Amino acid sequence: MTSHTDPAGLVSLPEGHQRASLPRVQTGLSDRAIAWLFIGPTMALLLAINLFPLLWTIFLSFTNYRANRPNAPLWNVGFDHYVAILTDPDIWLRMQATAHFVFWTIALQTVIGFGLAYLVDRKFRGHGFWTTLILVPMMLSPAVVGNFWTFLYQPQIGLFNYVVGFFGGIAPGSFQMLGDVTLSPWAIIIVDTWMWTPYVMLICLAGLRSIPDYIYEAAEVDRASNIRQFVSITLPMCMPFIMLAILFRGIENFKMFDMVNLLTAGGPGSTTELASITLKRAAFEAWRTGYSSAFAIILFVAVFGLANIYVKTLNKVKAR
Amino acid sequence: MSAANSAHSVVEPSGYAKLIASCLVALYAVISLVPLVWIGLTSVKSSTDSISYPPKVIPYVDFQPSIEGYCNLFSTRSRQTTEYIQSLPAPQGACESIARSRGMVVVGPSNYVPRYINSLIIAFGSTFLSIALGTAAAYAFSRFKVPLKDDLLFFILSTRMMPPIAVAIPIYLMYRELGLSDTRLGMILLYTSVNVSLAVWLLKGFIDEIPREYEEAAMIDGYTRLQAFRKVVLPQAVTGIVATAIFCLIFAWNEYAFAVLLTSGAAQTAPPFIPIIIGEGGQDWPAVAAGTVLFLVPILVFTVLLRQHLLRGITFGAVRK
Repeated sequence: MTSHTDPAGLVSLPEGHQRASLPRVQTGLSDRAIAWLFIGPTMALLLAINLFPLLWTIFLSFTNYRANRPNAPLWNVGFDHYVAILTDPDIWLRMQATAHFVFWTIALQTVIGFGLAYLVDRKFRGHGFWTTLILVPMMLSPAVVGNFWTFLYQPQIGLFNYVVGFFGGIAPGSFQMLGDVTLSPWAIIIVDTWMWTPYVMLICLAGLRSIPDYIYEAAEVDRASNIRQFVSITLPMCMPFIMLAILFRGIENFKMFDMVNLLTAGGPGSTTELASITLKRAAFEAWRTGYSSAFAIILFVAVFGLANIYVKTLNKVKAR
Repeated sequence: MSAANSAHSVVEPSGYAKLIASCLVALYAVISLVPLVWIGLTSVKSSTDSISYPPKVIPYVDFQPSIEGYCNLFSTRSRQTTEYIQSLPAPQGACESIARSRGMVVVGPSNYVPRYINSLIIAFGSTFLSIALGTAAAYAFSRFKVPLKDDLLFFILSTRMMPPIAVAIPIYLMYRELGLSDTRLGMILLYTSVNVSLAVWLLKGFIDEIPREYEEAAMIDGYTRLQAFRKVVLPQAVTGIVATAIFCLIFAWNEYAFAVLLTSGAAQTAPPFIPIIIGEGGQDWPAVAAGTVLFLVPILVFTVLLRQHLLRGITFGAVRK
């Protein structure tokens, strides 16, 4: 995927070094040895802290192991956990909640993010300053900021409820964003959209800027309307970038844990219990380690599938 | 990333379009910053002002700023009888006075500072390790024929795709066996394993951009490969290394899922600690806000520093600008 490209014919020496004079002396390690020496430690760390645990999880997913009873007799339960998970209607409800969250966050972030990028690309005065300001939320800790949103969402005293009540003409204490089964899925979508729209905007902006001016100039010459230009040039040329942003957000939100754990912890009841929260409840509250390992593997396979698509898209974007 | 080429008058938007665009963008920016401004305002309110209805907005007009939040963030207090408080010598310092006026005495420092120090040590430690490992691996992937190169690179990237909770189960068991649970070393190694994938991918991009001819020329001059790497490639890659390091730092600083599951005391970082700052009767919002402000400030600084490389960092080097 890499195919290194050297700028042709650019042979310049680092300062203070003159070519020639000395013949090349082959000292030191061979390239092959250096390659392994350089890559080895990284691979060792990843094998120890990523691959080995993954294999262990696969092993545990076929057992009745419980982390809070490490000395209980261990036996093989075969595919029981996998069957139990995939046939459990509750799990499918959790997956539906996850899908709802992923779908709406991506839809909102893509529309708002692309819109913002399109506006910023009008290159008005001070667009750099405003862009930087817009980017701030996505750099912050989702957990710490998500936690503060529980304060903004307080009925009666919360700023969010106050503002919505003020403009909507309803009493701020009359609705609970986090305690209501119909509103809480939207509460987490709002915070995620607030946080990550800048991310989509930034990628879309790169897409818009990658479109060469001469294409628009040609369209002007052909007297294509603005709408026509947008549909036939801007959108299609930006599409790989939008896809990239969607995939990234999709993967991230499929694994979403921190922000939602602090905002609702899956509640009320299980209405906002996304897959990662279910996993945490099974693994670290119910201590069903074997069962949760199987669930972890199922989720991992799903994300891995997404990751594969992602890398293919990424290469397409790179190839441009 | 700015640099408008205004030479092409045909494509240049009209002044009217620019005005509307700038208003809308500014409006979005201002609205999106409201929650952050609210964090800052809440941190300088007294606990009663922080939960007043309607909300108090303008300092010195709507409410008197108070350092109570910051006092409560750094101290633990205990409620005492009025007689006992009156029997004490005069309070020393503003924080003690505020506590006394609430019928409490300061009994000692809170855990915020140790948690913040843990965050610093773990973030910087894992960043240093990720950069050291990542630079070496990225150089090797960039310059040498490595068997199965694409597969190895994909493996490195895929480790980042796993849901953290899924990884946390076996890590929890493994750390328990190895005695790494709730240790800084354990967290540093864990964050390094997550960050090294980003480091390798980003740094490989940066090193790919350094012409090979530089090293080749140095090696013709008698440098060994390692010397050429150290004296020619590294100085050229400094900008990229710094940008990558800041990304690693931000990730480790912000990380919550592993921290909340694998640390509970000695190695606990700030993100799992800040939400559990509670006062009497629920969360002490001014103190939580104060802790949040102090926690976010370094990131704001970094964001401004990183502006030029942000795009590259968040897309794993897929999009370069």
